[in-house]
Amino acid sequence: MDSIREILKERILVLDGAMGTMIQRYKLEEDDFRNAELKDHPSPLKGNNDLLGLTRPEILKEIHATYFEAGADIAETNTFSGTTIAQADYSLEHMVDKINFESARIAREVADEFTAKEPHKPRFVAGSMGPTNKTASLSPDVNDPGYRAITFEELKVAYYQQAKALLAGGVDIFLVETVFDTLNAKAALMALDDLFFEVGKQYPIMVSGTITDASGRTLSGQTTEAFLISISHLELLSVGLNCALGAKQLRPYLQVLAQKSDFLVSAHPNAGLPNEFGEYDQTPEEMSAEVEEYLKENLVNIVGGCCGSTPDHIKAIATTAAKYSPREIPQLETV
Amino acid sequence: MTQELPPLKLSGLEPLVIDQHTNFVNVGERTNVTGSKRFARLIREDKYEEALEVALDQVRGGAQILDVNMDEGMLDGEKAMVRFLHLIASEPEIARIPVMIDSSKWHIIEAGLQCVQGKAVVNSISLKGGEEEFLYQARKIKQYGAAVIVMAFDEDGQADSYERRIEICERAYRLLVDKVSFPAQDIIFDPNIFPVATGIEEHNNNAVDFFQATEWIKKNLPGAKISGGVSNVSFSFRGNNVVREAMHSAFLYHGIKAGMDMGIVNAGMIEVYDEIPKELLEKVEDVLLNRRPDATEQLLDYAELVKGDGKVKVKDDSWRQDTLEKRLEHALVKGIIDYIEDDAEEARLQLNSPLKVIEGPLMDGMNVVGELFGEGKMFLPQVVKSARVMKKAVAYLVPYLEEEKKAAGDQKANAKILLATVKGDVHDIGKNIVGVVLACNNYDIIDLGVMVPAEKILEEAENQGADIIGLSGLITPSLDEMVHVAKEMERRGMNTPLLIGGATTSRIHTAVKIAPSYSGSVVHVLDASKSVPVAGELMGKESRQDFASKIKTEYADLRESHQSRQKDKNYVSFTEAKRNRARIDWSGQPTVAPKITGNVVFDDYDLSEIRHYIDWTPFFQTWMLKGKYPKILKDPVIGDEAQKLFDDATAMLDDIIANKSLIAKAVVGIYPANADGEDAVIWKSEERKEEITRFHFLRQQGKKASNLPNLSLIDFLAPIDANQPDYMGGFAVTAGIGIEQMIEKFEVEHDDYNVIMVKALADRLAEAFAELMHAKLRKELWGYASEESLENEELIREKYQGIRPAPGYPACPDHTEKRVLFDLLEVEKNTGISLTESFAMYPASSVSGFYFAHPESKYFGLGKIEKDQVADYAQRKNMELAVAEKWLAPNLNYEI
Repeated sequence: MDSIREILKERILVLDGAMGTMIQRYKLEEDDFRNAELKDHPSPLKGNNDLLGLTRPEILKEIHATYFEAGADIAETNTFSGTTIAQADYSLEHMVDKINFESARIAREVADEFTAKEPHKPRFVAGSMGPTNKTASLSPDVNDPGYRAITFEELKVAYYQQAKALLAGGVDIFLVETVFDTLNAKAALMALDDLFFEVGKQYPIMVSGTITDASGRTLSGQTTEAFLISISHLELLSVGLNCALGAKQLRPYLQVLAQKSDFLVSAHPNAGLPNEFGEYDQTPEEMSAEVEEYLKENLVNIVGGCCGSTPDHIKAIATTAAKYSPREIPQLETV
Repeated sequence: MTQELPPLKLSGLEPLVIDQHTNFVNVGERTNVTGSKRFARLIREDKYEEALEVALDQVRGGAQILDVNMDEGMLDGEKAMVRFLHLIASEPEIARIPVMIDSSKWHIIEAGLQCVQGKAVVNSISLKGGEEEFLYQARKIKQYGAAVIVMAFDEDGQADSYERRIEICERAYRLLVDKVSFPAQDIIFDPNIFPVATGIEEHNNNAVDFFQATEWIKKNLPGAKISGGVSNVSFSFRGNNVVREAMHSAFLYHGIKAGMDMGIVNAGMIEVYDEIPKELLEKVEDVLLNRRPDATEQLLDYAELVKGDGKVKVKDDSWRQDTLEKRLEHALVKGIIDYIEDDAEEARLQLNSPLKVIEGPLMDGMNVVGELFGEGKMFLPQVVKSARVMKKAVAYLVPYLEEEKKAAGDQKANAKILLATVKGDVHDIGKNIVGVVLACNNYDIIDLGVMVPAEKILEEAENQGADIIGLSGLITPSLDEMVHVAKEMERRGMNTPLLIGGATTSRIHTAVKIAPSYSGSVVHVLDASKSVPVAGELMGKESRQDFASKIKTEYADLRESHQSRQKDKNYVSFTEAKRNRARIDWSGQPTVAPKITGNVVFDDYDLSEIRHYIDWTPFFQTWMLKGKYPKILKDPVIGDEAQKLFDDATAMLDDIIANKSLIAKAVVGIYPANADGEDAVIWKSEERKEEITRFHFLRQQGKKASNLPNLSLIDFLAPIDANQPDYMGGFAVTAGIGIEQMIEKFEVEHDDYNVIMVKALADRLAEAFAELMHAKLRKELWGYASEESLENEELIREKYQGIRPAPGYPACPDHTEKRVLFDLLEVEKNTGISLTESFAMYPASSVSGFYFAHPESKYFGLGKIEKDQVADYAQRKNMELAVAEKWLAPNLNYEI
C-alpha cells in the first residue's frame, strides 16, 4: 500500500462525514448502549455514542461502509469522546481502552475490505481524538478566572491512554480534532510524541482546530495563525479546521492556513450553519458547491464533512474533489 | 553563507512573527518580582487583580512579549507562576501577546509551560549545570513547543568577555541544533548585558563586548536571535532617570545595529534617541563604546547636573488646554458632555454666529466621528454618545439661532431624510439608531415615529421636501405594508429614493417584492452603519445615477437567481407531509397533569427577579457590538466599549428597579387540549367535551431526508383518539408598562443614547420575563419538570424540556393566531398589552407564545409551504384564501 504522504502528493483525499448525524438516524434507545458488561451500569448511557463499538458494532460498520462507498478515503474512528475525561460523565473511565480499541478495529476491518476490493484507492483509518469536555486554558467559573477544571498533565495522561488503545486497534493516522482550546491539543500532541517515542515509530498526525464564530477565533481566543504557530512544533501531516462553521464561513480562515502552513491543509466543515433550531439543512449540492470554492483556490489537501454532513454530502464532495489537484506547500518564508 | 530558515514565530492569542522586517521586539519586564518592587509586593499580598493591571499597562505601553518572573525567596514561585498565567489567559488584551516564562528554576518553567496555549519563550536555560541537564531541558521545551533563551553561562560561570561569550553560545547552539534538532530560528541568546561606568576598570568594555558578541553570533550561528535585559547596563546610575533613560536608548541604538532582536526594556524608562541632549548623548556613548579613559568620570559629573525624575505619566484632562476647535472635537469624539455648553458659548462669542459654530467646529467634529465610525474605529454606543453631545450643544445654541435667523433670513439646508416605522408595527430601536447615525453625518432627520400609515408618510415627505424616505419594520406583516408604501409612491408619481430596513427585511425581499412596485430607487440597508454610504451615494450629484442603475441591475439579477433557485427545491404534497408527521408514542408515560388550569395573572412582577434571566448577548447586538456575553466584555477590540455600555445598562436597570419606572405584567394559561387533525382543540374542562377555542398550525412541506419528519407543532400534542389527557398553554408578558414617560423625559433632554438604552433594556426584560415564566411554568404552575435546576446560560441554550414558540415566528409564522391566544388569555384585560392591525404587540417590549410540554417537542422553522396546505388552512380558519395568503406571504412557495 502506498503511504498516505505519497498519495497526498497526487490527489486530494476525502475524509468521511458526521458520525453523530448518522447515528441519530438509528433512533437508538438506552438498551442499544448496553451489553452484558454494562447491563447493570447505574447511570443512563443513552447518547454515549462512543460505546456503540462495544454494544452495536454492526451500526459502526454500516456507517463506515456507507461513507467509504460514498467515496471517502479516510474514516474517522467513533472515539471523539474516548478519553477518561469525557467518559467520566458516564462513570465509564474503565471502558476507555475497550472503546478505542474496538472502534479502531471495526474501522480497520471495513477499511481493509474496501482496500481489498479497490486496491487503487486504499482506505485509511484516522483515530479521532476530541477536545474532551474540559478546557485547560479557560476557567469554567466566571467568578474565579484563575481556576482550571483540568490540568495539562491530566489531559496528557488521558490522551496517551486513548492514543495507545487506538494504535493497538490499528489506526493509520491520529486526528486531534475540533480543537477549541489549543492547550488541550498541545497536551494531546505531547502524549502522541511520547507514545511514538515509546513504540519507536512516527505515525502521521492531523490537527484540526475549530473557529467558533465570525470573530475568527478559537473558543480559547486564538486567531487562526496564532493557532497554527502554537501547534507547529511537531512534524504534522496536516493542519486544518472543522466544525462550528459551514464551508462558506470557514473559507477566510482556511485561506490563512493555506497561505501560512508548511503542513498539508485539511477542512471538514459543517453542512452549513444550523438553522434557528439547531438543524443543518444544507443540501449535498450546496455544500459541495461551497467546498468547490476551496478547490478552485487550491486551499486544501484533505476535505470532508463535520456536523450535519451525510454520505450524500461526502459523495458530492468526493466527486467534486476528484476534479481538482491538491494544494502545494508554499515556499518557506526565509529570514 | 546564507541559510534559508523560517522566521521566529511566537503566539499569544495573536501571532508574533519576527523576521528581517521586524524592528526591535520589546519585552515587558514589570511583571517580574525581581525587577519590580511594586509587582513583588502585589504578588506577596495576593493582590492578583492589581498585578494584572501591571501586565495590562505593559501591553498598552507597547510590550510585544510579556516576561513573567516569580523567583523570590518568600514566594511559592510555582504556584504564583501558575496562578498568574491562568489569570492572564482570562484577559484577552494581555493574552494577545506571547508570554516569556522567566525563572532560574526548571520546575517553575515547566509548570508555566503547562499553562500557555500559545507558543511561549522560556527564559532561560544554560550550560551552568552541565550538558546532560541542558539537553534534557531543551528536549522538553521543544516538546512543549516553545522558543528558548540561552544564557551565556557554562560550568565555569558567566561569560564576561567577548571570547567567552562566543565560545559558550557556539557550544550551546551546536548541542541544540545537532543533538536536539531544536529549530535554529527558535534559539535566542542572551550574551549578558553588564553594567558600565561602575568605577571598576574591567567593566569598561562590557557594552562593547556585548555588541561584538552579538555581531559574531548573528553572522556565525544562522537563525539565532539576540536578547538582553537592557536596564542592567545603567545599574550604577540608579536614582538618576534622565541618565538611565539616555543610556538605555543609546545602548539599544547600538545593540540593534549589531543585530539585537529583542530585549527587556521598561517602555516608560526610555528616551527617544534623537531627543537625547547632544552633550548627554556624547558622554553616554563615550561610556558605552569605551571611547575614552575618563568617560565614566565625565558622565558622573554630568549626571549631577541633570538629576530628575525623567518621564512622568500625563494626566488625562490635558485636552482642556487645547484650542477651542480641538476641545469641541475631543468632546464629540469622546462623548464628554461636561463642558460642552461652556465651549459652545465660547465658540459662539468667538465666531459671532451660532450657525457658524454648528456648521464649523461642531460639524467638523461630527465628521471626524462619522469617519472613525466608517473605518470601524468607533462603535455604535460611542457614536450615540457623540450625538448626545452634539444635540446638547445645538439645543444650547437654538435660542441664539432663532435670533440670527430673524436677522438674516434664509440659509442653505442639509439633505432631509424622513424615517418611519410602518403602519401596524411598533418597533423602532433600529430606526432610532439609523436616525442618530445619519444625523451625525450631516443629514436633517424627520422621524415620524411608529405605526405611521402610508398616506401620512408620503404627505409629510412631500410637504417637508424629504430627499430620502426610510421605512422600518420588525414583524413580517410590515413587509407587505412596505410594498404598499412603494406602490403608493409609484401611484403618486414620486421619485424620492426609498430605503428599506429592519429585522425581517432582507435584500432578497426588497429586490423581489418591493423594488418592482416602484420606479424610483429602492435600496435595502442592512444596518445603521450601511445607511451612511447609501445615503451619500443617493445624494451625490455625480454618483446618484450610477448608484441607482447599479442597484437596479443588482436587484434584477437577484430576482432572476431567486426564480431559478425556487425551482430547485423539492416540496411534497400536504397529504404526504401529513403522512410523514413526527410520530410520538402516546401509549407511554402520560403527560403530567398541571397543578393549575385556566389563567393565572401576575400583576407588577418583581423586576429584580426578572433581571437574573436576562440574556445580554442580543442587547449588545442591538448596539451593533457583535460577540457573546460575557466574553464580549473582554474582547480586545470592542471589550472596553461593551463594558462601558454594560455599566450604563446596569446603572439604568438599578434605577428602573429602584424607582419602579417600568411595570412587568403577565398572564399564563394552561388548558386541557388535544390534537384534532392539524388543529389544537382547547377544552373547557377535564371532561374534554366542550371546546373553548382552537389553534391552527402549519406543517413543513420541504422534502426531507429519510428518517426526518415534516414537522408541525400539532405533532407535539396527543390526538383525541389517543385517549390520552394532554395539555397546552399560552402566555403573554410585558415589561414595557410605563416606558412612554421614561422616553419622554430623555427626549426632552435630547438624550438619544438613553432613549435607545431604555427601549433595549425593556426588550431584554420582556424576553427575560418570558424565560422566567417558562421556568415557573415547568417547575410550579404546570410542574412537569419540578426537579429542574438550570443556570441562566443553560436556559439561553434552551436546555429545558418543552418549548414556547411564538405566533409570528418560524414554527408558526401566522401572526393572526395571536388574536386567538389573546382572547383565550384575555391578554388586553389582564396585562394591558394590545394588538395593532398587523398583530404587533404594544408596548413593543412584550412577548407571547404557546407552551408545549412533551419532551420531544422542539423548535423548528416552517419554511415554504404549498397552495394545497394554504387552502386547507384557510378553510380551517374560516378565512378567505386570499386573506390567508396575505398573512402567510413570506412562507408561500408560489406567486400569488
